[in-house]
Amino acid sequence: MSSEVRFIDFKADKQPTWCPGCGDFGTMNGMMKALAETGNHPDDTYLVAGIGCSGKIGTYMHSYALHGVHGRALPVGIGAKLANPELEVMVAGGDGDGYSIGAGHFVHAVRRNVDMTYVVMDNRIYGLTKGQASPTSREDFETSTSPDGTNMAPINPLALALAAGATFIAQSFSSDSQRHTQIVKEAIEHDGFGLVNCYSPCVTFNDVDTYDYFRDTIVDLEETDHDPTDFDAATEKIMDSDKEYTGVIYQDPDSVPYEQREGLTENMADIPTGAPDDAMDLVREFY
Amino acid sequence: MHEDLNWAIGGEAGDGIDSTGKIFAQALSRAGRHVYTSKDFASRIRGGYTAYKIRTSVDRVESVVDRLDILIALTERTIEENMGELHDGSVIIYDGERTSMQDVEIPENMIGLDIPLKSLAEDAGGAIMRNVVALGVACEVADFPIENLDASLEKRFKNKGQAIVDNNQKAARLGQEYVAENYDHDYGYDLETTDEDLVLLNGNEAIGMGAIAAGCRFYAGYPITPATSIMEYLTGRIDQYGGKVVQAEDELAAINLALGAARAGARSMTATSGAGIDLMTETFGLVATSETPMVICDVMRAGPSTGMPTKQEQGDLNMLLYGGHGEIDRFVVGPTTVSECFWKTIEAFNLAEKYQIPVFLVSDLALSVTEQTFSPDTFDMDAVEIDRGKVVDEDDIDSWLDEQGRFQPHFPAADGISPRAFPGTTDGAHMTTGLEHDALGRRTEETDVRIEQVEKREQKVKTAKEREDWDYREFGDPDADTLVISWGSNEGAIREAMEYLSEDGFDVRFISVPYLFPRPDLTDEIAEAESTVVIECNSKGQLADLIEHDVLERVDRINKFNGIRFKADELVEDIRNAAEGMEVEQ
Repeated sequence: MSSEVRFIDFKADKQPTWCPGCGDFGTMNGMMKALAETGNHPDDTYLVAGIGCSGKIGTYMHSYALHGVHGRALPVGIGAKLANPELEVMVAGGDGDGYSIGAGHFVHAVRRNVDMTYVVMDNRIYGLTKGQASPTSREDFETSTSPDGTNMAPINPLALALAAGATFIAQSFSSDSQRHTQIVKEAIEHDGFGLVNCYSPCVTFNDVDTYDYFRDTIVDLEETDHDPTDFDAATEKIMDSDKEYTGVIYQDPDSVPYEQREGLTENMADIPTGAPDDAMDLVREFY
Repeated sequence: MHEDLNWAIGGEAGDGIDSTGKIFAQALSRAGRHVYTSKDFASRIRGGYTAYKIRTSVDRVESVVDRLDILIALTERTIEENMGELHDGSVIIYDGERTSMQDVEIPENMIGLDIPLKSLAEDAGGAIMRNVVALGVACEVADFPIENLDASLEKRFKNKGQAIVDNNQKAARLGQEYVAENYDHDYGYDLETTDEDLVLLNGNEAIGMGAIAAGCRFYAGYPITPATSIMEYLTGRIDQYGGKVVQAEDELAAINLALGAARAGARSMTATSGAGIDLMTETFGLVATSETPMVICDVMRAGPSTGMPTKQEQGDLNMLLYGGHGEIDRFVVGPTTVSECFWKTIEAFNLAEKYQIPVFLVSDLALSVTEQTFSPDTFDMDAVEIDRGKVVDEDDIDSWLDEQGRFQPHFPAADGISPRAFPGTTDGAHMTTGLEHDALGRRTEETDVRIEQVEKREQKVKTAKEREDWDYREFGDPDADTLVISWGSNEGAIREAMEYLSEDGFDVRFISVPYLFPRPDLTDEIAEAESTVVIECNSKGQLADLIEHDVLERVDRINKFNGIRFKADELVEDIRNAAEGMEVEQ
């Protein structure tokens, strides 16, 4: 069955309402291609989307999906994966969804290391609410709610993930379709929580972190001798604020997903029509 | 009337009060005696006073009373805290060798037994066993065969090795022998044993056991008093049935974890207390709008804010009925006894799945900490039925696809209930969202679709009202002039108060309401009564307000909100006063 699946099968018949030129088109296309090319099927895929422009992705892709509450997509994805480990679980959201309102869930999802993929469509701005500073906005970024800049250092999501014990940290660029697809594929294939922070430019509200800026600044680690299993080398790249790196920055080759550590293999949807056969043992415990 | 004994052990938190009390309660239960326990926390004095109280009888006991017959006091404060419940002839067991207990004065009308608990424990192998020495003393005082204690000591300590079990059994006997040799009172107690087969459990354990019986396989929660013991019960046990407990980073995550598992097809649950419901309310609307079955348990404690976390209150009813922005369809089910905690949990899962709706299972602190004895048949697992509602699989999914072959998770069926396809079901792939959506689960703001979906969700509730029994539990004289209505854990205390009232020739009809929404229509019952009194542990009378709203008639109210559950003896006077139109003092 899997060989028949094409990326178009993951496309819903609803047309995206993203602004023309929005980075989210490329981010989504890469996700669909990566899912198809890793042998997944829409009927066995669970997509959880957050709130924001990025959150609309649940409507534009075809699979089992939930478009949830702002910032809480990760725990939904974890719950689905633990309940049925056979599912391919992918969570997608924006930088505000994941690193601001959902920041608490982000670090704990990283810690738990459930086998799933988290694609953050990072445009360094709140787009759907028409241009306010996001947690990844630059310190001097002027917006309607930060006329003199945010006066706060932007969050470094990769460093946050590293500190929380991440087993897979990657960064991609939505307009580099081939590399973005390849990086998401590697995240899917990783045994554990795969973080892909995808630069996904907002063409309407962010005139600083533009396509041109990223094209000029990005260093693709695949074109260097970077070894993603080298923790110290990864740390150095992640903490280097002068450059924008793409590629798999860090991967723990020994990662064992949480659900495997916990011995979860069964589909929890399968239950008997009455109490379990030996359920009276539970009562007898109270003698 | 009950030939009951009221026993307690009290001291500082950390003195092993709970585990010692539980050992004695188990010994009584195994000896075929009924047990009803409660826990005390300090109110007058700041600090760590805590007590475990047991009421025991050969008959069933359903409540606590304001009377204490035997008190093991590890601190002087324990005696002060319980002075109001001690009476002529009450026995107080204490260790006068303890520095802090040297100046203890036992009231002249009571019997003080000064026992060197610590020294005797050391003789048995270690000072840590001083509480067990006291249990041996209590056995002698109550004329309760100490062999019954042996079995529960073995259960408690067997994983620490036979030597520890032996030492504890020896410690109990040293206590028993010491009091027999050094004191010569006729205490007047005779705790007879019976052949009755009994199990001993509390409301939270009953909820946890009910969840496993009902096929719940996923539980996510965040620690909070007094709900945590549900999570602790399920941990390790649910695993044996292929399930999993996840301790979340907060309640926001807990309900979303449960939501993800439920979307994947698992029977899924979270439990918390009111402060956690506050946080979960964010996602609650999504659960309802996405028509996801889920059981959300609220073990109520005294609020608002941090309130009194270890105190009883039934203050969350309005929140459970109305909480969340917009109009959210939900059911609210509230067990009224420990055993009902088991059965209502099972029912809540069936309701949730049959109607694809979140169900609040509301319990309270009193139910959660009360350990009560039951015949094992009370929890007859063969009687458990699981109804998963309209779940479709590969074989019948075709009839639920639209012309373009798309699955319709929110199809507006006549009864309001759509088909459900679990992820992995071929041709069932679909999305859903907290945004208003069409039958396919896709966002819409079209007015006709909005109206259709709102009405569809409301239709499920109407269907449930028709198809399910939303009946009340009734006690007492159905023709009595006085009608008492209550909910939650008050049922036991009210039933016992009714026994006392009945002896005085004052008959009462009592309706205990386990369904808060949908709930039984009490219009006729209230019309038939001369006076109606609604009893609840809150200050505003939240159920009373609802009933007045339902039946358009005023009711009298008995409210208690000092953090302590109703007791049978205090209710006797309150009910009589309320029925006679007198002010009920708080």
